[in-house]
Amino acid sequence: MGLAKRVIPCLDVDGGRVVKGVNFVDIVDAGDPVEAAKRYGDAGADELTFLDITASVEHRETIYSVVEQVASEVFIPLTVGGGVRAVSDIRNLLNAGADKVSINTAAVHNPDLVKQAADHVGSQCIVVAIDAKGVHQPGETPRWEIFTHGGRKPTGLDAVAWAEKMTALGAGELLVTSMDRDGTKSGFNLPLTRAIADAVSIPVIASGGVGTLTHLVEGVEQGGADAVLAASIFHFGEYTVAEAKQAMRDAGIEVRL
Amino acid sequence: MTTIAVIDYGMGNLRSVAKAIEHVAPKAKVVVTSSAQVIDSADRIIFPGQGAARDCMASLRSHELIEPIAAAYRSKPFLGICMGLQVLFDTSDENNGVACLGFVPGSVVRFERKPGQESYKIPHMGWNEVLQSGVNDSSGGHRLWHNIPDRSRFYFVHSYYVQPQQTDMVAGRSEYLANFCSAIAKDNVFATQFHPEKSADNGLQLLRNFSEWKP
Repeated sequence: MGLAKRVIPCLDVDGGRVVKGVNFVDIVDAGDPVEAAKRYGDAGADELTFLDITASVEHRETIYSVVEQVASEVFIPLTVGGGVRAVSDIRNLLNAGADKVSINTAAVHNPDLVKQAADHVGSQCIVVAIDAKGVHQPGETPRWEIFTHGGRKPTGLDAVAWAEKMTALGAGELLVTSMDRDGTKSGFNLPLTRAIADAVSIPVIASGGVGTLTHLVEGVEQGGADAVLAASIFHFGEYTVAEAKQAMRDAGIEVRL
Repeated sequence: MTTIAVIDYGMGNLRSVAKAIEHVAPKAKVVVTSSAQVIDSADRIIFPGQGAARDCMASLRSHELIEPIAAAYRSKPFLGICMGLQVLFDTSDENNGVACLGFVPGSVVRFERKPGQESYKIPHMGWNEVLQSGVNDSSGGHRLWHNIPDRSRFYFVHSYYVQPQQTDMVAGRSEYLANFCSAIAKDNVFATQFHPEKSADNGLQLLRNFSEWKP
């Protein structure tokens, strides 16, 4: 008896529509975020993460309406990230029905935003997204650095030290994405996940690189993650959330079935 | 028509709570309110809450909600959620000690990790099992657990937990760093540490049970 490790499908939303494809049997409109969220909810997802990748500012309003619709019909925790720059953005998303808001680049530019946000809305609502890439040479002690702009821009910040700093400023949870692994389907960066999970006292979500169900198991067992996030393996119908959880349970991990 | 008032004092996910109760009680009128009058005239009260105990108490005072909440707590079906459970107690250890509403004898304490428990993260966040107890009900189970299998999982997010002095008020227990009280019940009051509004079907069933409860 105890706390279950979580499985979190992640959906990219652009202009109010789910992109990157969601492949469900019998789904009428795979691009409809509400429809997709309902399917994942019914399939046993423990939480959902929406990433608003809309580039233009004038389309920002659409994410609020998406969140509002999803929150009216899907009753599991909902995290929204992308384009969050100010406490007012966080408030708007929470008011629309998000339970947590993920802060990424804005935290790098203005770490104090994390503190302000935690003070205003509580740490439990604040997820800090950490996008990191290995910067060590072969044979050296592993070291990872924070990157912004989809992994193009180095910041000079050490990922583990950054994770500790974000925790101290009031983050409630960390979403750790390996930029080296994202999209490769070769598995999480386990040493990175482990280094951060061991360094902080708050929950860590592993992200980036999932291609098989074994990768999810590794994220928990070797990476020390409290939750695992994946996108494409679920979207393209390769695996269901239920299969993911069964694989974790078969490996002896406590999950909610 | 039944009116269910969700108390709004600026702390937490009120929209989520209101949406979930609307979903299970389509015939009820659900109002999110900070008005003493509306709370007084409502048939049922939901008292949610997130954030820090000190801020919650300050906000309840500044909204002049303590009296209306005390009256509702004594008189009608009342559901506390998360911080809406914790502030019912005498004191919370949060923010170096905060005097709370004092409706329930007992205190609120922080999860503590002992050496070797570093893999237990704080906050306690996610889906955990709740072992039900049959409080105030000779048939064995509380009405709010109706149609919810024992040891079902609910969604939690918290760093502090309640310790009621009267163990007969414990309606649910969970296990995380301690065996802790995750729900209380007494007369017309039920309160949970977990978030039924975010706990999928089992949470919706609990809210449905509350909307039909005749204590």
